[in-house]
Amino acid sequence: MRRRDFLAATAASALPLACRRRPEFPFTGELVGPDLALGHWLRGGSFPDPERFEPVSVLIVGGGVAGLSAAWRLAGAGLEDFRVLELEREPGGTSRSGRNHVSAFPWAAHYLPVPDRGNQAVLRLLKDCGVLGGFDARGNPLFAEEATVRAPEERLFAYGQWWEGLYLRAGASGEDERQYHAFFEEVDRWAAFRDGRGRPAFSIPRSRCSDVPAIRSLDSISFGAWLDARSLTSPRLRWLLDYACRDDYGSRLDTTSAWAGLFYFAARKQGPGEDSRPLLTWPQGNGFLVDHLRRASGARLRCGVMATSIRAQKDGLLVTAWDALNQRRLGFQAQRVIFAGPQHVARHVVEGLHAARPASVRIRNAPWLVANLTLRDRPKESSFPLAWDNVPRDSEALGYVVATHQSLQDHGPTVWTWYKPFAGPDCDAERARLRALDWPACARMVMDDLRPAHPDLESLVAHLDVMRWGHAMVRPAPGLLWDPEFLALARPFGNVHFAHTELSGLALFEEAQDHGIRAAEEVLAALGHRDGSWR
Amino acid sequence: MGDLPQQPTLKAPLLFISVLLIASCGLIYELVAGTLSSYLLGDSVTQFSTVIGVYLSAMGLGSWLSKFLQRGLARRFVDLELAVALVGGFSAPILFQAFAHTHAFRVVLYGEVLAVGTLVGLEIPILMRILKDQVRFKDLVAGVLTLDYIGALFASLLFPLLLMPKLGLVRTSLLFGLLNAAVGLWSTHLLKSQLGPTRMLRLRCVVVLVLLAVGLAFAGKFTLAVEEEIFADEIVYARDSPYQRIVLTRGRGSFQLFLNGNLQFSSADEYRYHEALVHPAFGLRPDARRVLICGGGDGLAVREVLKHPSVQEVVLVDLDPAMTDMARKQPMVRQLNGASLDDPRVQVVNADAMVWLQEATGPPFDLAFVDFPDPNTYALGKLYTSRFYRLLRRRLTDEAMVTVQSTSPLMARESFWCIAATMEAAGLKVRPYHLAVPSFGVWGFALASKREFEVPTRVLPGLRHLSDAATAAMFAFPRDMDRVPVPVNRLDNQVLVHLYAREWRRWS
Repeated sequence: MRRRDFLAATAASALPLACRRRPEFPFTGELVGPDLALGHWLRGGSFPDPERFEPVSVLIVGGGVAGLSAAWRLAGAGLEDFRVLELEREPGGTSRSGRNHVSAFPWAAHYLPVPDRGNQAVLRLLKDCGVLGGFDARGNPLFAEEATVRAPEERLFAYGQWWEGLYLRAGASGEDERQYHAFFEEVDRWAAFRDGRGRPAFSIPRSRCSDVPAIRSLDSISFGAWLDARSLTSPRLRWLLDYACRDDYGSRLDTTSAWAGLFYFAARKQGPGEDSRPLLTWPQGNGFLVDHLRRASGARLRCGVMATSIRAQKDGLLVTAWDALNQRRLGFQAQRVIFAGPQHVARHVVEGLHAARPASVRIRNAPWLVANLTLRDRPKESSFPLAWDNVPRDSEALGYVVATHQSLQDHGPTVWTWYKPFAGPDCDAERARLRALDWPACARMVMDDLRPAHPDLESLVAHLDVMRWGHAMVRPAPGLLWDPEFLALARPFGNVHFAHTELSGLALFEEAQDHGIRAAEEVLAALGHRDGSWR
Repeated sequence: MGDLPQQPTLKAPLLFISVLLIASCGLIYELVAGTLSSYLLGDSVTQFSTVIGVYLSAMGLGSWLSKFLQRGLARRFVDLELAVALVGGFSAPILFQAFAHTHAFRVVLYGEVLAVGTLVGLEIPILMRILKDQVRFKDLVAGVLTLDYIGALFASLLFPLLLMPKLGLVRTSLLFGLLNAAVGLWSTHLLKSQLGPTRMLRLRCVVVLVLLAVGLAFAGKFTLAVEEEIFADEIVYARDSPYQRIVLTRGRGSFQLFLNGNLQFSSADEYRYHEALVHPAFGLRPDARRVLICGGGDGLAVREVLKHPSVQEVVLVDLDPAMTDMARKQPMVRQLNGASLDDPRVQVVNADAMVWLQEATGPPFDLAFVDFPDPNTYALGKLYTSRFYRLLRRRLTDEAMVTVQSTSPLMARESFWCIAATMEAAGLKVRPYHLAVPSFGVWGFALASKREFEVPTRVLPGLRHLSDAATAAMFAFPRDMDRVPVPVNRLDNQVLVHLYAREWRRWS
């Protein structure tokens, strides 16, 4: 893409979004960010240096959860001389949210499992947000009732009606039930596991997990192969586990590492034999946490700014950037940089990184399509009532969450957030498929998916916006998670430190936060700030 | 049949089978009309008697009219089947719609019964005349009438045992319409030798079959709204709001309000309920000025509240404008609540009480009365959670009293105590009490405050039910209703909805 095209694209996308009426649909809608043009412009050109380089102690590139957490950590240590550059017009990355006259709503990540008492960083953040209400007699954290997912939490559409929960009990055979229990007994076994140093097999964030070979070897096979080896063939069970892979990783049973598959279930257990941890959620999903985290950055967060190059100098780093909103070049002279973006961007921006770290590790990011549907009213239904998470079984999409569920509105207008991971084996092909979809194609896809469960939906939708996420989440493919070269990507490169959920191989809020805090603490140590760890 | 002349053969035995079918269909339409009018108008003896009377006489009319049909009897018979299929098949949906949307339900009902009866009355005479040259007269009469009566037996057994419970009225009538139309189509084959060209006739049969099948496919839409409520008394008001179905019935010297088929009050004994809801709290705070009522859109609790001269302001928060609208305008209800919602001290807010409490600002209340329907859905269950009581608590003065209707401590003992335990979890001191309301049974309330308090021993003089002594007595719990260990109802578990469903299932 040439510079002029880019300017035109940026100018067009900066215009306020008009509510265009669409002839083939009875509702309005738009394709909204992330800005594919802006991001991909990086690949093309060379950028002349700006006239001035602003001196700053720490420059954080990327205003997603990792970058904002790094800023939160720096501010917490009293290091105030930093800037955060975010490519998009809104910070938060895949925890972004939106708001309209009906409700706030998520654009991607929409919940956080209640942390265990060992996850100090998340507990600290939740306390800051006023969600942590104290501790019970056993020392376990207590959370605000209004932030814990309201019942009913989930329902499944199958055989022409809605059922409570995601595992379809109705019509399950004795063998189905046996395998279901066998799987969760296995999960309990892993939940109870402690290695010689007392570390659990699976915990969130993964930096707290055991790395003994017995655990690591789970990463060498796919989750599907692991199930095969245990003769866990029940279609209902495998549907549930495949759904979990698609939901959390954007991949399928046979493209997800068995370690990651077990992590999903075992890391969320309160303890062996106990229920999964409750989930915390808000109408705007994890946008609630982003809204809080960004306060630590205040005016030091600059949105619509893309770092174009980072190069080492004698005494620090020179960073050039493009301010798309104001159409001007920016420069920074930073002692340290925290690169809180994905690796495929880092390789273009950080000079010398590409040569120093040959790309033997292939990180694959799953593309996603997310739609927000604003409804004038709810569809008429007679089976199990509307839940927070509503999943059609016979679909490649994941269904929808209801933004007004947590704000207690049970009648009238609402916003539904519909999710579809492009979970095919080849991420590049899936991405090409996603990019080829225009708004009408997306809207058709959403409506076709929801029509079996809600035949009257089309007349109730007032507005349908679509977000195409080209690189929504890293896929924990077999062999990736414990590959030493992969793990080495998190190490600093000169004075550039890295923070991104991708570095965990697991796209989770807690992983992003953990890397953000780690990178910030590396920088604090390097700059001579003495402060205990928040991890 | 040896001595009969050899006519072009008809398939007589098969035609006898169609007698069996059409006889069943005919009786089903009669039963549908009788049952439906009993449901909607009450007084089943009158409804069934008049429906059967009109139907049988209409059959007589049909039989008499049959003599005016001369030529092309086979063709007439097929057309007749299609007419019965349409008029009879769509009878239940048409009658339900007529009840919901017109003021002339009885005209439509008897018109429908007359039409179906007349058409059914034509069927047998015409069929007998078609068969008369094929079968000896004594065999014909014996065969046709035997199958006619046996068909009626089938229908009368199928209807209460299988059709009503499994399909309901609308689907039953449509299904038998399909059967009539199928007999029509089949007859074009059986009577082929007497029909001449049958192409158009068959096309007509198919069109009617398709119409009825489409009707059957969409039957679910209004059977849910209309049929699930089976009322004992005459319906005098019915309205579907976006939130609920509101029905008033009248009978036995009183009238009743139902929401989604659940009894909310009977004018015969609601005074017991509403006096018990309102006056004990006032007994402890006789000088209360600002009063909040959550739910209670019928205006009856407001009526009791306004008996206290200290009251300066009442805020009533009820979800459904259709409900408060009816309480203001429907003459019987307005008379019962003393036009309380139009009192200048009363402010009516139509909102979900929990959402309203989350957002509301303004001075705190001295008294609050929480009068929601029982927690039989998640949307209602949230109004009984610790979060709800915490939100409510925030809107109260430190001395305020709260009373919560909390279902029956006898029929739903765990549910009752779950509500009390949940209020305690929200930091309230709770003193539950109960009384007998004949329409409901033994009914319970929870009186609460932010501080410890003694149970009330005085109430407003001049009430119909409550006296000082009766008030104090309500706070004693006999052993079969006494406290049991129960979990707290939270937004994220909604245990009360499950408890309540399990406990009430035992009584229904």
